[in-house]
Amino acid sequence: MGAYFDLMGFADGGWGVDMLRATAVTLAVALAGFGLGSLFGMLSAAASLSQIPSLRHLADGYTTVLRGVPDLLVIYLFYFGGSAVITQLGHLFGAQGFVSAPVFLTGAMAIGVVSGAYQAEVFRGAVLALSRGEIEAAKAYGMGAFLRFRRIILPQAARFAIPGLGNVWQLVLKESALISVVGLVELMRQAQIGAGSTRKPFTFFLTAGVLYLVISLVSGAAFRAAEARAMRGIRRAS
Amino acid sequence: MNLFDIPFLVDNFLALCRGIPLTLQLTVLSVSSGAVLAMLLAGLRLSGNRVLDGLARGYIFVFRGTPLLVQLYIIYYGLSQFPELRRSFAWPFLREPYWCASLALCLNTAAYSAEIIRGGVIAVPLGQIEAAKAYGMGRLTLLRRIIAPQALRLMLPAYSNELILVVKSTALASTITMMEVTGIAAKLISASYRPVEIFICAGAIYLLLNFSITRLLRFFEHRLSRDQRPHVVATGEQA
Repeated sequence: MGAYFDLMGFADGGWGVDMLRATAVTLAVALAGFGLGSLFGMLSAAASLSQIPSLRHLADGYTTVLRGVPDLLVIYLFYFGGSAVITQLGHLFGAQGFVSAPVFLTGAMAIGVVSGAYQAEVFRGAVLALSRGEIEAAKAYGMGAFLRFRRIILPQAARFAIPGLGNVWQLVLKESALISVVGLVELMRQAQIGAGSTRKPFTFFLTAGVLYLVISLVSGAAFRAAEARAMRGIRRAS
Repeated sequence: MNLFDIPFLVDNFLALCRGIPLTLQLTVLSVSSGAVLAMLLAGLRLSGNRVLDGLARGYIFVFRGTPLLVQLYIIYYGLSQFPELRRSFAWPFLREPYWCASLALCLNTAAYSAEIIRGGVIAVPLGQIEAAKAYGMGRLTLLRRIIAPQALRLMLPAYSNELILVVKSTALASTITMMEVTGIAAKLISASYRPVEIFICAGAIYLLLNFSITRLLRFFEHRLSRDQRPHVVATGEQA
């Protein structure tokens, strides 16, 4: 046990600082991806609830494909696709050879696109859970579409969306580990580096696992608190 | 980049199809062994014994709360840290990426499936179980005749989601050198630098696999819910 704390400690030769810094990168990329995903999810939910059939089909296609294809494949698409574009651009300016895409951005984009497909379903469900009467009343008051969205739909749908978003966040957190395959030094990649240089893979991957569990526990509690707060004015039969 | 380079698409699609058997093998192996473990875990969760329940809860919490990649790496890379294990009978298996991937997927899906099974079992109406007990059914008969058939039907929709997740998760096996569909896709992409086309081909394969699985399970669910559908009464009249 003492040997473990020497290895993962914060003293000289300990990996504690590196592991914590990598945990921060994991959190950053997961948050960035989750934020982008909220944007894609809202756009897709708006499209799937719109009156225009082609928009609805587009949103349907997006959520079906991105939820049915492995995340790893999407990460490869963004990494190699981004690199191909950047390499082409580089050649225009006289650069030679392969230029790799920025990995943080690649990772955040890939997570954003995938989690957007899941969040779209969450938002769609939340909007559908609103009572029609309130929207009709808002229309009868002469509210425009934007005002109606801001005053009536958004505050209530956000409340219904919290539990679903909590699930998607847990998914995003675990998915962020996959970004390690393109070389972003987040928690998983840092554990690989540590495992490689100390020949203690079990120790490092187990530590990474524990750190993921801690993040998931803390954020789970945060989502439950947010849900309790958002629901404090709602009467529910239970 | 020309998306309508049909010969290129066909060539790559066929190359990717060679990964399907491995993807399916990993899926079937981990789903079947995972189902057995999941039933065991669900049994512990429902046992009413607080220690056993706590054990199963802990297992499910750990395997659902950590990324599958961590679990896979602990099994494939991590276990080699123990010399005792390297000398044991299990080493010929734990050395192979195939068995490591199957084991990780099995342990992972068991945690998710256990909760699905538990959900199905507790959704069986209590009155039916009481009635069966009143008839003097033993525990095994009760399970076989009353609980299992209904729980199976109730859990199928959620279970089909879990199967899709497993199919998608088999892609992680490519990170430990397995050449299933995603592994081949990564190789083809780094050889040709045409990620979009290869993504389309590989994506189509996964969508096809997932579509077939959901259809199969929906058919199964339809068969199992025969008693739930309204009876078609033969009236003797010709339409």
